[in-house]
Formats: sequence, C-alpha cells, structure tokens
Amino acid sequence: MTRLLGSFGLTIALVTLAAAQAPPQRFGFGEPAPRDLIATLDIDVRPDGTGLPPGRGTAGAGGEIYARQCAACHGPKGEGGQAERLVGAEPKGFAPFGPEYERWRDSRPDVPFTIGNYWPYATTLFDYIRRAMPPGAPGTLTADEIYGVVAWLLTQNGVIADNAVMSAETLPRVIMPARKRFVPDDRVGGSEVK
Amino acid sequence: MRNTQKSSRLQPRNGGLTRRALLTSTLGAAAITLNTRRALGQERSDTTGRPGRPSSELGARSPAEQPRRTPTATSSRTPLQDLHGTITPADLHFERHHAGVPAVDPRTYRLLVHGMVDRSITFTLNDLKKFPATSRICFLECSGNFGRQQGEKTPAQELCGMTSQSEWTGVMLSTLFREVGVRPQATWFLAEGQDAAVLARSIPLEKGMDDAMIVYAQNGEALRPEQGYPARLLLPGWEGNSNVKWLRRIELGDQPFMTREETSRYTDPLADGTSRQFSFVMDARSVITAPSYPHTVQQGWIEIRGIAWSGRGRIQRVEISTDSGRTWTEAVLQAPVLPKAHTRFRLLWRWDGRPTEILSRAIDETGYKQPEWEALQAARGRRTRYHLNPITGWKIGADGQVLFGIERVRA
Repeated sequence: MTRLLGSFGLTIALVTLAAAQAPPQRFGFGEPAPRDLIATLDIDVRPDGTGLPPGRGTAGAGGEIYARQCAACHGPKGEGGQAERLVGAEPKGFAPFGPEYERWRDSRPDVPFTIGNYWPYATTLFDYIRRAMPPGAPGTLTADEIYGVVAWLLTQNGVIADNAVMSAETLPRVIMPARKRFVPDDRVGGSEVK
Repeated sequence: MRNTQKSSRLQPRNGGLTRRALLTSTLGAAAITLNTRRALGQERSDTTGRPGRPSSELGARSPAEQPRRTPTATSSRTPLQDLHGTITPADLHFERHHAGVPAVDPRTYRLLVHGMVDRSITFTLNDLKKFPATSRICFLECSGNFGRQQGEKTPAQELCGMTSQSEWTGVMLSTLFREVGVRPQATWFLAEGQDAAVLARSIPLEKGMDDAMIVYAQNGEALRPEQGYPARLLLPGWEGNSNVKWLRRIELGDQPFMTREETSRYTDPLADGTSRQFSFVMDARSVITAPSYPHTVQQGWIEIRGIAWSGRGRIQRVEISTDSGRTWTEAVLQAPVLPKAHTRFRLLWRWDGRPTEILSRAIDETGYKQPEWEALQAARGRRTRYHLNPITGWKIGADGQVLFGIERVRA
C-alpha cells in the first residue's frame, strides 16, 4: 500500500514538472519601435512643458483662428453654444463650488465650469486642442495656430495679458486660477461616505 | 405523457377546426378573412407539426425579443431591465466615446510601449495574442452613470445603464511591462487611444502591475468596435473612461500627464471647495432591475431581482426594503460572487397590493455601504457630476404600475 502511494506520488510529481515550465523574463514578441514612429505618436504635452513643439502665438492672431475654427460651436466669445462654454473668469479667488462660492452666489444661478475657473494647467489646453479639436478635422491646426487659440482663450478668461506670447517657454509658466484646488482621491472604502 | 402530447396536437385551440380542415377551407376560400388569419396564427403556435428552419451561420435573437441600447451621439445604455444573470451580450454593452467609433484595421494595428523603459517595442495584434492569456469576468461602468431626466418614467436603463459586464480575455499588462523593462523611476503611464479624440489617461503604474490587462476578446470573441477593437486597456473596478479603447500607445513616465480627461473632466468638485482628482475606483452600488419602470406587477409573489457591484472587491451583502426604507431584508446572492463584478441578487416578496416603494443597497467587502442621496450630497456638495451611486427605488402603485422613485434623488 505504501509502495503504491509512493509511486502514485512520484507520477504526479513528474507530470507537474513536465507541465509547469517557469515563464521567461521576456518572450521576445514584438519589434523594436522605430524612432520616427515614436516621434510621430508621442504627442502628449505635460505641465512642465515636455512635448510642446516650437512655435508661438498671441491672442490677436489666435482670435482669428478661433472665429474660423471654434466659434461656430463654442460661441463667438467662448460663451458656449452647441458645445461647452470656455470663457468665464468668475468666481475670482475661489472655486465655482464649495462654501465660499455658495455664499457669493446667494440666490443667483450657478456659473458654468470654464477654463478660467476650473482648468488646473494651461498646457492641457494645447494638448487637448492638438488631440481633438476641431472635432470635424482634429490634428489639422499648426503649432502656431494652437498657441494662438490657447493665448486667446487664456486672455478671454483673464489669465494672461492681452499681448502675451504663448510658446513652449511661456505656456508652462502660466499659473491657472484653479491649480491649487485639486486634491488626490482619498476614498478607501469602508464605512465613511466620501 | 405521449398521449397528452398527441391529444394537444389533435385538438387545436382555434375553435375546433382540425389542421387539415383549416388548410382545406383556407385554400378553398377566394379571400382570406381576418378570422381565418387569426385561426392560422394560432395554428402556427403549434411548432410540432412541421420541421423548423435549418441551421445557420450566425444566430439571431427570437423576433419576439427586442432588447435595445438607447443611443445618443456619444453614448448608449444597456437595457438592464431586459437582462438576466450577469453577462451583458456584447451587442448590448453600453457605449461612451468622445469622437465616434473608429474602424481600426487589425492587420496594421500596432501598440507602442515606450517612455521610461529599457526597450521601446511595438506589438501587433498577433503579438498580443501570443503572450500567455488570461480571462476575467468584471464590470465596466462609466463614472457618469446616473440619469433621472425622465422623472418617474425613468427606466433602469436610463438610471444606470452605463454599466455592463463581460468576460474579457487578453494579456496581463504586467507581462508587457516585463517585456519592455519598466525603469525603476517610472510611476505612471499614459494610455492613449486611436480614436479621433486621441483620448488619453494617466494611470498609476501600481494598477498596471496589479490587475490591469490589454484585452482583445469579449465574451469569447473579438472585441466589438464600440468596446475598443482590436485591443483596449482593462482596469478592473476603475471608471470606464480610464479603460482606454482602441489602444495605440502606452508611455511610461514619472508623473501624471494631466490630460483634459483627468483635469477639467472626470474630477469631482467637493463640498469643501476642493476637487478630487484621479478618482478611479467605482464605489459599491446596486439597482433593482425587476420590477422596475415600465413594468406592471400583480398582487402576490414577486421575485425582486437586480445587480450589485463594487470596484473595490466582492459584494458582501445586498439588502432590500419593501416598505420604503423602514425595514431591510438580506437578498440572496447568486454564486459565484466575483470581485469587481456584477452580482445578481434576488428576494422573494409577497406583495399585499398596497402602494409602497422597493429599495436596494449594496455592501462590499470593505464594509462600504451604498449611501443615501442626502449623505452623498453632504459629502460632495451640489455640483459633483461623477461617481453618483445613491440608493434608488421603485414606487409600486395600487394598480401595480411601477415608477421610478424620483423623490429620493431630486437635487
């Protein structure tokens, strides 16, 4: 009986050894990525300015691009229309929500969330417009055109001076009013509703 | 048994005419009367007298079953009230896209992984399929999944049909990360789609090394185009938007990239004037799918049915109230109860015919209890737009008409 069990155990051990080969550190699947492919696809722009292309734009030039490419949906002054409102500097000094806002608003209607009162990074404007705008032909604006539209939007929202030049050097230095309001997720489950 | 079957064949329910007599009279008539048509229709409900249609290349639903998503320009919702069990048929999986559904050619598809890695690599669809595969059943829910615009006439589909469940198959992202050699200083990665919005989200590396997957199959077949064909990111339990579809690029970095979808969108304004960012995990939630609007019920036994889920793990308990929240009874959970997965719950209830409201609340394995609307509002404030998961219910009138209990969640 013991001998039988012993041989049975040995068989199992052999089967296990044969079936379970440790996976390799690497399989060698895929191809090394060509540098020009990475350059083409790597379009993200980060808050420190990494990824911003050469070029420049001001609100003056940007206003014309905006009128041609954006105003039909977002309204001539960024007041919104078929697409969301973009411009709105109020409330100043605090968020469009929370205790200070509720006191300030009193019984007035809510102000919409805008670039001026909710977007934390100016670089995100460049990144997003280059990715997705205008919706009918995303990716068709030149870097100068995007810098211009960004400058116009920031001017309209009261964030930068009317004549400020937006470029890879200046855009990351723009401090958005909403920058300091964002906090990381603190929900962890458990009994507390957050 | 055989006799019973035979006699039911011989005694059709069409007013006493036998099939042969009916056929004869029909053939003999110059015009088919309405009455005869009705009789024919009844005759056809007996399917045993002649062979059915042959086999086919592709199955289709019974014409009597017409579940439908409710599409808008950018989304469509799963008809939760029409479904059973926990798996969402792929053609009824909810949609949410930001610039339409791209038609990606699987032959030219490439996934680029680069950034803070030892080797930048492109993977074809076939490469992805060669890696060790994993299958996992989990829900996918849009964090904007809360609708009540139709007031009392809000069906479950409108209320929270932007959640669906599939069995997903693909490769663990940790396997791909080993392949490219993620550098020690990397802490986040960008996931980017090849839709016209080139939608992109920053994801903590920790999630990528934990249970994230690159999936190419859904319920046993290739992904549907609406769900990211040919390959998407799957982050079990995390808000739908971060599960980037039509995935073309992953870039490893040492900080979040701060895209629009994680700054001006998918962030949560709170009551204290701060805004919560990177709120990925979906809190526990439940919804009664039957009875629900627009169902009508009769006095007597009713099985209350619904689904519950949590992005943090398993559903531990679902409680149901049949008296507008005064008392609660534990529902039966359908096994197996999987982590981060829709879990079917049921409770037998004998309705006495008096008007009432039925409610459900989910409790997950962390002890989180699905909150009342008021508690959510107190914690988040008025202007929060995502992650709304309040207890909801259905009012049942004396006439048996079921309506959405809009009063509980009116802002």
